[in-house]
Amino acid sequence: MSDDKQQGVPMVNVQIDGEWHQFPKGTRMIEACRQVQVEVPHYCYHPKLSSPGNCRMCLVEMGMPPRLAPGEEPVKDKDGHQKIGWMPRPVIACANAVAENMGIRTDSELTKACREGVMEFLLVNHPLDCPICDQAGECSLQEYSAEHGKGDSRFRDEKNKKPKNVEIGPRIRLDDERCIMCSRCIRFCAETVDDPVLGFTDRGSHTVLAVHPNQQLANDYSMNTVDICPVGALTSNDFRFQMRTWFMKETSSICTSCGRGCNTTIGSREGTVFRQTPRDNNEVNSAWMCDHGRMNYHYLNSEARLTDPMIRKNGEEAHQVVPWSKAIRFAADELLKFNASEVAVIASGRMTNEELFMTRRLIAELSVEHVDIVLRRGKADDYLVAADKNPNTAGAKLVLGLKKPGGELAAIQKGIESGEIKALVVLQENLIDDTDFTTELLGKLDFLLTTYPLANPTADDSHVVLPGAAFAEKDGTMINVTGRLQRLNKAHQGPGQTMEVWEICRDLILAIDGGNGIYGVDDVFKEMAGQIKAFAGLTLSKVGDQGLPLLKTKLTVPMLEREKERIAKGEIVG
Amino acid sequence: MAKVKYIAGKEPHAKEHRMIFRNVDREGWDTSLATYQKEGGYKQLAKALKMEPKAVQEEVKAAGLRGRGGAGFPTGVKWGFVPPNNTKPVYLICNADESEPGTFKDRYIIHQDPHQLIEGLIISAYAVGAHLAYIYIREEFPEGAQILETAIEEARKQKFLGKNVCGTGFELEIYVHRGAGAYICGEETGLIESLEGKRPYPRIKPPYFPAAMGLYLCPTIVNNVESLCHVKHIIDMGADAYGKLGTPRNTGTRILCVSGDVKKPGYYEIQVGKVTMGELINDMCGGMKEGRKLKAVIPGGSSSKILRADEKFTLKQGDKDVEIGIEDIPMDFDSLMACGSMAGSGGVIVIDDSRAISWVLNNLNTFYAHESCGQCTPCREGSAWMKKITDRIVSGNASPEDVDTLESVAYNIDGKTICAFGEACSWPTEAMVAKFRDELIGDTDGKNAKRPVSKETQEAAKNLKSLTT
Repeated sequence: MSDDKQQGVPMVNVQIDGEWHQFPKGTRMIEACRQVQVEVPHYCYHPKLSSPGNCRMCLVEMGMPPRLAPGEEPVKDKDGHQKIGWMPRPVIACANAVAENMGIRTDSELTKACREGVMEFLLVNHPLDCPICDQAGECSLQEYSAEHGKGDSRFRDEKNKKPKNVEIGPRIRLDDERCIMCSRCIRFCAETVDDPVLGFTDRGSHTVLAVHPNQQLANDYSMNTVDICPVGALTSNDFRFQMRTWFMKETSSICTSCGRGCNTTIGSREGTVFRQTPRDNNEVNSAWMCDHGRMNYHYLNSEARLTDPMIRKNGEEAHQVVPWSKAIRFAADELLKFNASEVAVIASGRMTNEELFMTRRLIAELSVEHVDIVLRRGKADDYLVAADKNPNTAGAKLVLGLKKPGGELAAIQKGIESGEIKALVVLQENLIDDTDFTTELLGKLDFLLTTYPLANPTADDSHVVLPGAAFAEKDGTMINVTGRLQRLNKAHQGPGQTMEVWEICRDLILAIDGGNGIYGVDDVFKEMAGQIKAFAGLTLSKVGDQGLPLLKTKLTVPMLEREKERIAKGEIVG
Repeated sequence: MAKVKYIAGKEPHAKEHRMIFRNVDREGWDTSLATYQKEGGYKQLAKALKMEPKAVQEEVKAAGLRGRGGAGFPTGVKWGFVPPNNTKPVYLICNADESEPGTFKDRYIIHQDPHQLIEGLIISAYAVGAHLAYIYIREEFPEGAQILETAIEEARKQKFLGKNVCGTGFELEIYVHRGAGAYICGEETGLIESLEGKRPYPRIKPPYFPAAMGLYLCPTIVNNVESLCHVKHIIDMGADAYGKLGTPRNTGTRILCVSGDVKKPGYYEIQVGKVTMGELINDMCGGMKEGRKLKAVIPGGSSSKILRADEKFTLKQGDKDVEIGIEDIPMDFDSLMACGSMAGSGGVIVIDDSRAISWVLNNLNTFYAHESCGQCTPCREGSAWMKKITDRIVSGNASPEDVDTLESVAYNIDGKTICAFGEACSWPTEAMVAKFRDELIGDTDGKNAKRPVSKETQEAAKNLKSLTT
């Protein structure tokens, strides 16, 4: 809940495990406990979804002051609190709000008995297949079982048989025996992405989760159901059986598949990315991300990755792998052969601000006039996906000082055609596949330099090919479509000799004039903050995991707007 | 009122007080509006429409009418829960899902005297300010639904329903909605969900108290068929006269449905608390079957806690505590509650000494495991687990420890679920294990302890082995 929402809301006194605290009236009991670091275990409750109260795991002992007879004055202790009359019936902490002089016991015998009971019930029909279950290691059932369970089963009967390994959509697989019927996935589909294809069929202990007849869980947000599934009932076809969760390194980053910049956690191990999952950010993506963005990491692990710097001298057929020092020296020498007006630079809206800033330095060094980026316009959806398929168009515009991004490309083409432009530096773009540049046109150049993560036709035509790091392999910042400055963090070094583009530019500048005082990405940011007003006063660490509003835009995020409405109505906590 | 002649062999017992069931099994009686009006039908509606709605509510409150569906909550008080500043439409729902095993009173009202229900329903709708009412009738009453449809059509033609009820400007429509066959649809919020076209998953309370947030999140009153019929009689007699029927705090009459091991099972309408369990079983029902002895009684529908024939109960009479036996329990709400059970829906299930309690319990557990909606964990998993255990007790594949497990499972459900089904499914086990522990343990077979498969399966497995060797 945001702080500004709580202004003007009266505070109530609540006793949690013997200690008195104050909370804004209307705070859910479970959230009040969380705020004072008291964990209430739960399965069905999710702050972004409605609260059906069905798992019963969050049952706690609750008490209120005794009801007074008419005219009777309440008896208060020296701190002004009334005596609490504890109720014999436990209540769910997820859907009930705190009230004045309420007491909550999360450590009482009653509460413990409730948790033990619910844990035992959840496990009687749950398969004990943790060793082959992808959820193991991040499974609420596993965790709460260790913390609140009995450690022993009294169940001597046969477990229920239910459908297993059911393809309920192109990316999702269902194991009904593992399902604990929390209904989070059903609610997510119905409430958050307006695609109510999931539901329960049958009754009682035989209840099964299923897709409705002739339907599929195929929407572009389907994989979020895997994230919110507290057990291993819903698994991702993409991730299943690929890596045990506890072996993965988790890196906070952002998705770079469109201008939204959904906050993510990259799961990787030993230089291989295994998955991306959404990370909560109430200003960007709530708790969700689209399937397209989530799956758009496979190229990082691709065989087609460029791993070494290569050069091809004029007259030579094939590229030769060379050490970085040689490639940089060669590139610098080549570039210095041209007049400033003969060089053009095409950078990318996929680069970080830091990479763009070092590009700006290189451009200044060479006094280049023809500078642009490649635009990528696509379709927005009514949820998170933005029409801008570049993650950092705003950063490119700001850092490179572009008046009209994409507006210079035609002039560059014309210049190459007429011979006025003789050298072209292409950073993190594949012009031939992604724009209307052709091999024929590029063949007119005397010198072409390309950085890119993957082998591609533009690189084929280049004199210098440099392996540029992809998003999971770099530190830096980007500005999303709503103007928020957000951080990427390096999960691991890119394959082979890959370098981040800011490093490549730094080394080129170094080779051209012998010194620039830049060593690390922090130095880049510091210098950028000194030169570009919008970044004034900021440092990389100040950007933090949740980002900062940097540029004012009037744009809103459709999904967030709807969530705000639901928060206002009290349907969800948010 | 003229003396009523009943069909031969179906005459009420002398200790009965026929009010709601006055026309049930009546000679020459049918379900037509003409027949109903010959006996003063819809006169009480006209009378009520001349009163202020609030006055009708007060009359019902003053009469002390307690709900006949199971919980025994005062009907007038329930009506008063509609928020005073409400601006949304108010709905009235007649709960005709009569699904508690052992209960079969509402169906006779619907089948034989539908206009009594409709008149009561219209008066009640007027009292609570509803302009739309639903009769939610269980799927298993197809004929009843047809009878109601016909009766509503007749009433509409006579302007007892529609835009201008009896020319007073009051507007009311009644729709009959048929369920799809689920016990849980009798739970009022489950019923509301079902009426909205969803799975009948009961709602959490708070916040979804029907009187404030019911059907389509509007204030909604849900009343049992019999309760609504009583409203008509309260208007007829006045609260004072009605309140003199029965006993203080347990006013009026109620229909007891007796099933099980008695000579004459059936329905008996009594003044609440004016008949004891002994009178009911021995006099009205003709006593136990030949050569059998009373073993136990489930007094208020299958979910109420069982009473042992040899139990002693303590009741307050005046200021004194009096110890009584099962046959002396007055059949009213408070006495049965004081005896540790409840009057519930009025379904009295009599069990004689020929019945094994494990069989009785297994029968109920099978029902509740089948009917659990499966929404919340303790009931979903617990009801099925209890059934699996009693299955084994019945088939001789249980160990004595299973009885303890059974009891503990029941207590892990009780009080921890979204709706009262948790209590409904755990109380039979709690009470039967507490009161018949030795018998249940005696039914377990030590030799077969902790074997999950039935004797039949074991035999089959043996045969299989002999085939392969």
